[in-house]
Amino acid sequence: MTYDVIIAGAGITGAAVARELSRYKLKVLLLEKEAEPAFGVSKSNSGIIHAGTQNSPSSVKGWLCVEGNRLMREEIAADLGLNFVQCGQLIVVFDLADLPELEKIKKDGEALGIKGLALVDRAWLEKNEPNLGPEVKAALHVPTAGIISPYRFVYALVENAVKNGVDLKTSSRIVGINRIEKGGFYVEAGGTVYTARFLVNAAGLYADELSALAGAPTFKITPRKGEEYLLDKKREHIASHIIFPLPSKASKGILIIKTSDGNPMIGPTAHDVDDKADLATTDEGLAEVLSGVRRMMPSVSKSDIIAYFAGLRPVAGKDFIIRHEDSAPGLVNAAGIQSPGLTSAPAIAVMVCDLLKKHGLKLEPKAEFHKLRQRPAHLFQLPLEEARKLIEKNSAYGDVVCRCELVSAQEVRDAIKRGASTLDGIKFRTRAQAGRCHGGFCTTRIMKIMQEELGFPVTALTKRGPGSELIKDERK
Amino acid sequence: MKERELVIVGGGPAGMAAAVAAREHGVEDVLLLERDQHLGGILNQCIHPGFGLHHFKAELTGPEYADRFASLVKEDPNIEVSLRSFVVKLTKDRELSFLRPGSLEEIKARAIILATGCRERTREMIQIPGSRPAGIYPAGLAQKMVNMEGWIPGKEAVIVGSGDIGLIMARRMALEGVLVKAVIEIQKTSRGLVRNVVQCLEDFGIPLYFQHRISAIHGRDRVEKVDVVKVDDEFKDITGSGFEISCDTVLISVGLIPENELLEMAGAEIDRKTNTPVAKDVNLTSIPGVFACGNACKVYDLVDWVTRDSMLAGKMAAEYLKAK
Ligand SMILES: Cc1cc2nc3c(=O)[nH]c(=O)nc-3n(C[C@H](O)[C@H](O)[C@H](O)COP(=O)(O)OP(=O)(O)OC[C@H]3O[C@@H](n4cnc5c(N)ncnc54)[C@H](O)[C@@H]3O)c2cc1C
Ligand SMILES: Cc1cc2nc3c(=O)[nH]c(=O)nc-3n(C[C@H](O)[C@H](O)[C@H](O)COP(=O)(O)OP(=O)(O)OC[C@H]3O[C@@H](n4cnc5c(N)ncnc54)[C@H](O)[C@@H]3O)c2cc1C
Repeated sequence: MTYDVIIAGAGITGAAVARELSRYKLKVLLLEKEAEPAFGVSKSNSGIIHAGTQNSPSSVKGWLCVEGNRLMREEIAADLGLNFVQCGQLIVVFDLADLPELEKIKKDGEALGIKGLALVDRAWLEKNEPNLGPEVKAALHVPTAGIISPYRFVYALVENAVKNGVDLKTSSRIVGINRIEKGGFYVEAGGTVYTARFLVNAAGLYADELSALAGAPTFKITPRKGEEYLLDKKREHIASHIIFPLPSKASKGILIIKTSDGNPMIGPTAHDVDDKADLATTDEGLAEVLSGVRRMMPSVSKSDIIAYFAGLRPVAGKDFIIRHEDSAPGLVNAAGIQSPGLTSAPAIAVMVCDLLKKHGLKLEPKAEFHKLRQRPAHLFQLPLEEARKLIEKNSAYGDVVCRCELVSAQEVRDAIKRGASTLDGIKFRTRAQAGRCHGGFCTTRIMKIMQEELGFPVTALTKRGPGSELIKDERK
Repeated sequence: MKERELVIVGGGPAGMAAAVAAREHGVEDVLLLERDQHLGGILNQCIHPGFGLHHFKAELTGPEYADRFASLVKEDPNIEVSLRSFVVKLTKDRELSFLRPGSLEEIKARAIILATGCRERTREMIQIPGSRPAGIYPAGLAQKMVNMEGWIPGKEAVIVGSGDIGLIMARRMALEGVLVKAVIEIQKTSRGLVRNVVQCLEDFGIPLYFQHRISAIHGRDRVEKVDVVKVDDEFKDITGSGFEISCDTVLISVGLIPENELLEMAGAEIDRKTNTPVAKDVNLTSIPGVFACGNACKVYDLVDWVTRDSMLAGKMAAEYLKAK
């Protein structure tokens, strides 16, 4: 099969590139090694659409972040039906002697074009964030920052790209790349060899290996682990902004993060690790997160925690690596996409398209680009009156499966129709099992719906793809 | 908004006993709302015997116990049972909204009894570190899989916690041919009944490790092994005492938490630690006319005591209605 462009990796970067390319008359293939999109770094992060502060005005990522944030606010959230909440951010200091540092962040941010930055004092904080502890003295208010569900962002981009003609192949790990003499690549994945003139490498943690496979061993990725802890929805209102301490050299510090689904989150840590598959949380990580957060907000308690996870930032030096590799003509790397990669993705996608164009890809707009995607129905996001209308239209929206997060049988079926084939895929799309009981009540029900819709035997159902089977045997 | 005399939320043993007792004490109109497709609550998955020794003076299984009440409830024309009806909202004025296939209903009740039962505490609530692969289940979920669906979750299991559910599931899994390698308990003694320690573990040669905890779960896609460490009286790890157990399944049985989110939504006072209503007596809440009984009120070991106290709740609601 022959394509104009193959994109390696259906994380936020690959998904955004796929959607951007789907505007043009091109044959595009998106290859993903996991069973579903968004199962890499893009599923485990803070979900913040950063304003762009705390990046050097001389960095690529600084500019891409500011532009990504603008695109989200002005276009993407509305076009793709995303639940983006522009809650704003506070960077707090514990010592008024640190005010010059806030001034510097403000100045750098303004140089990047970030609007509305303002220093606020203790009185403002007491009025607007009453749960902050007495140690907090002042803050920088960043109004353009917001929050989003990171995996639903990926799914929306992928769905829209597919609607506009992109081919998606999951469970397709790229294992071989051969350069074609006259230009282009043979790409082997999932037992098939595909041909493409251009290859976009958006393989996250594995982008270094893939670039080397294509003939450009030009960088190395180091995973930097971040542990995050989610709190019960009952604590939704502990904060109304995303709250950062003044950043240190190594990281942005431990944050109090609002999430677009309601549960507040605390974290992340930032420690380099050796293993690209090490997603374990640790006793030390938990202790670090709790002590970091309690300095800002003493009332946060360990017993509020209902879930946790770790993510790995794909780090390759200080900045993103977004470039054409002259040593492997036709290869464009979008690698080292650490934070703020989620925010920057739409802007990265535009930059990647420009690079492809510069190296000979013709970008001819399609007459019929469908830019809109209908938002899936989520009971938990609806006021009761709207829920009533939905249920009266389709009774299965009134058949509640997940009691903690209020998810109906129909939403589970919708998720499967939109591409979910695993238990985690259903969780990320619908929130079923994501609440305080962790699927204790609803897992068997969801598995039965999966059996019906997918036609799998129960022993073939997985948490997140082959190897993660849920049931070992069935009683005869 | 429709008015009803008494609305009971939850059709487990608590809700059913309360309904029957309320009728006995003169309530004319009872609406019993149950989320599931059948009455019985958690009893439906407890197919082992050991229920009813006190109340019925007979040794019944969970479903048998539930059926005795379910027929009383169904025989009574003044008790309306609405299944697959999930209550999503409650106000302090006893207005209640529930979803069921095809409709969203709103009702005002003169009195309400919440009999919503418990949920299980999870791995996340005790913050066991490590990875998050397939094969980690709350024990009650595993019980539902095995007993109600005939699904065997794994081949080699380790169980965290020696409460009754953990003990019963150890035996259940062993009977299904699963190699149960250990039960790990952080305390010095079991929280379960002595008869369960003997009948479920000792008779099956399953080792029980007191004063131990799981310090990490390993495995990328499916559980591969757990790290176990001995702890001292302050629950601090004893260095050098660690060992590994290979397994593909970890069942978590570390206690139950009353489900009182509706009550909380209505503004009643809730003990943040136990998630139980704060009130001066059993079955009461801080809102007049709103009662809580069964496992929603406090965690019971035996269903017989759930029945006894829930019948009292039915009576209390009847008296409240008469006095109004
Ligand atoms: C703890 C943490 C918090 C963060 N918080 C934020 C935040 O709040 N805001 C923000 O903007 N950013 C944040 N980030 C950064 C953000 O998550 C990443 O920048 C972004 O998700 C990277 O996306 P990606 O698509 O480049 O990588 P990925 O999501 O990892 O996608 C790469 C994909 O490639 C696939 N793949 C790999 N190898 C192959 C192969 N050989 N064949 C086929 N497919 C392959 C992988 O399976 C994966 O799906 C955070 C990161 C972490 C770890
Ligand atoms: C796994 C397990 C094993 C046990 N083993 C034994 C034993 O061997 N012997 C013994 O005597 N006791 C045993 N018990 C204890 C005893 O069975 C329980 O204490 C008893 O079932 C609790 O009854 P309940 O009605 O309060 O709660 P449940 O039985 O949990 O019933 C609550 C009901 O409320 C419904 N509900 C909840 N929320 C809503 C809502 N918002 N809207 C509508 N409906 C709702 C639920 O679907 C459920 O049906 C066991 C308990 C468990 C959990």
